[in-house]
Amino acid sequence: MRTLSSFAILLCAVLAAQGSEIRPPAQTTAGTAITIPTSGSGDADFYLVGPAGASKRKVQAGSDISVESDQLEHAGRYVAILCASDGCASSSFFVNAAAANRLSLLVHPSRVPVGSANGISTVAFVFDNFHNLVLKTEPVKFSVLPKGGSEVSADREAKDGVAWVRLTSAKKEGPTKLGAAIGHANEVRLVQQVAADACNLRIKASRVKNNYLIETDPVRDCSGNSVPDGTVVSFTMIDAEGKTTVDVPIKRGVAKIEMPIKGRARVTVASGVVTGNELEVGG
Amino acid sequence: MKRGLPIFIVVVTAVLMVMAWFQSGGAERREMRSANAPDQAVRLMLSQIQARNFDAAYARLANKGDVDRNSFVREFAGSYGSLLTYASLENYEVWGLHSGDQEATVRAKLHYSTAVGPLDDVRDLKVEKAGDTWKVSWPVNTGQRLPPQVIPVNYLRWDVIQRGSGDDWGVQNVDSPQVRIISMNAIQRPDSVVLVGEVVNEDSVPAYVNVGATLLDARESEIAQESSFDKIAHTLLPKQVTPYRIDFPNMRLEQIKKVRMDVKALLVAASADPVIEVNQQKVETDPLGKKILSGQLLNQSGQIVNIPHVIAAYYDSNGKVIWVSDGYVAQALLPQIPVPFAVDVPPDIAKNVQTYRVLVNHYDNNSQT
Repeated sequence: MRTLSSFAILLCAVLAAQGSEIRPPAQTTAGTAITIPTSGSGDADFYLVGPAGASKRKVQAGSDISVESDQLEHAGRYVAILCASDGCASSSFFVNAAAANRLSLLVHPSRVPVGSANGISTVAFVFDNFHNLVLKTEPVKFSVLPKGGSEVSADREAKDGVAWVRLTSAKKEGPTKLGAAIGHANEVRLVQQVAADACNLRIKASRVKNNYLIETDPVRDCSGNSVPDGTVVSFTMIDAEGKTTVDVPIKRGVAKIEMPIKGRARVTVASGVVTGNELEVGG
Repeated sequence: MKRGLPIFIVVVTAVLMVMAWFQSGGAERREMRSANAPDQAVRLMLSQIQARNFDAAYARLANKGDVDRNSFVREFAGSYGSLLTYASLENYEVWGLHSGDQEATVRAKLHYSTAVGPLDDVRDLKVEKAGDTWKVSWPVNTGQRLPPQVIPVNYLRWDVIQRGSGDDWGVQNVDSPQVRIISMNAIQRPDSVVLVGEVVNEDSVPAYVNVGATLLDARESEIAQESSFDKIAHTLLPKQVTPYRIDFPNMRLEQIKKVRMDVKALLVAASADPVIEVNQQKVETDPLGKKILSGQLLNQSGQIVNIPHVIAAYYDSNGKVIWVSDGYVAQALLPQIPVPFAVDVPPDIAKNVQTYRVLVNHYDNNSQT
């Protein structure tokens, strides 16, 4: 607020009295030092008002004013003001983004079911070294590197600083690396392609000492992909002693549990909202 | 007159001392010390346990030769980081069930104050007459002990790499897990409105889940907001289903026009172990005449579960969730050793229960989650 007030007062002063002159370049690149020629004589104050800050220093009117590169890192409109004893002069100039050298890559979702058409959205925002959005058209190289597969890449033009691509997930589960590259920037995100819900969930029973070992067949989705380890399979057994339930995570593709069974028992299985077969054991 | 005043002062002091002795329970203590009735013997033992004077309580057992002192203390003070290690005996009720000349049975209802709320324990104790006093005959612990062994566990856990402080500001985190409320049922209870239902983790990664609800009136303005708190299993493995219950005290269904449900899921590091089997589940009536769902918990893994928490969902004949009850188990779950549990079922709900499902939540000192 204080900066704005100072700037308004300065502008009033500039409008009131035009004496010395200041001639900055019309455009420059972010992070590049410039020299601003001036006219007039005597001691003067030099103000530089940019999109992210303002500065003031004593200069000699009539000499060239050098502006360091770190004062011009933010892209946007700058106003250079020179106030000498005979009045103030001002001139504006633009700082454009430097060469594209950074990327912000947003990939959604992090986990996607296999075979989802256009299920993966990949958006790249292009920046220069100083986090200025690069608005001019630049090619961004998108790449897909499936686990155990070869890399596939394609270029997309970034317009107004944004480039995007939509991808269909593979038929086979597993992690896939999605990358985007421009300049020295090469960002990579990992998308996990996961099996869908379990399909044809089946259990079998075998005798182990005094208990029964209840075990699923390898748990797969309807496309034949293994349901990830850790997915919970719920076993329910009802026998003469009551009901037994246990939530077992799949390990190495199957879920198994040893259950003590008295007499005849009925065992059922479910995973999430999917139910499997029913088994009669004992007797 | 000169003698009268000192005599009066001495008499008044003596009366006050007697009154103070009665007031401080001296008469009761003396009566209990003699334990000339079965219930007094139990009261005396429990008062010593309440004062955490376990040696005195143990010394008064009728069968202390058969009972290991440390096992006796663990019955009340807890062990292996169980809930009783964070509890104290607040009060107790004692009443006789059967009384004979030499032997009696006394029922004691112990009320513990624990870190997660009150916990009740009902025990039927045998009391024997020894000389002119009664002493408690403590049941000899014949519980199973697991022989030293190696229990192989195919350890499965998920770790999460979040964006770090050194990462560029544009680096995104991994998406939160996908969870879904699969059922919700609003029930009017005598003193509250209760929302019950189930949530499933549809994702392939673990989720930390919490369910909240906001009640809206006819003008769609908020009248109450609550969350499931501990009436839910917060950490859900992939495809795991948990019941939840949200209580709105002092609320009537007629006041409510709409319910806004809100389920929040966070991606967390979690372990697939321990696996806890819940067996011998049945709805029955306990010795106090209350309907309960009882059963046994069996820790299938090799690590100790310090505080087990049982959550049960009850379904009617249409498969709708009609109630969710929960309870903490006082004992820790040692590997392969069954531990009994029981949770209350309201009698009016119990008669409509067609089936039920029990889930075990756990809090561990050495939790990897």
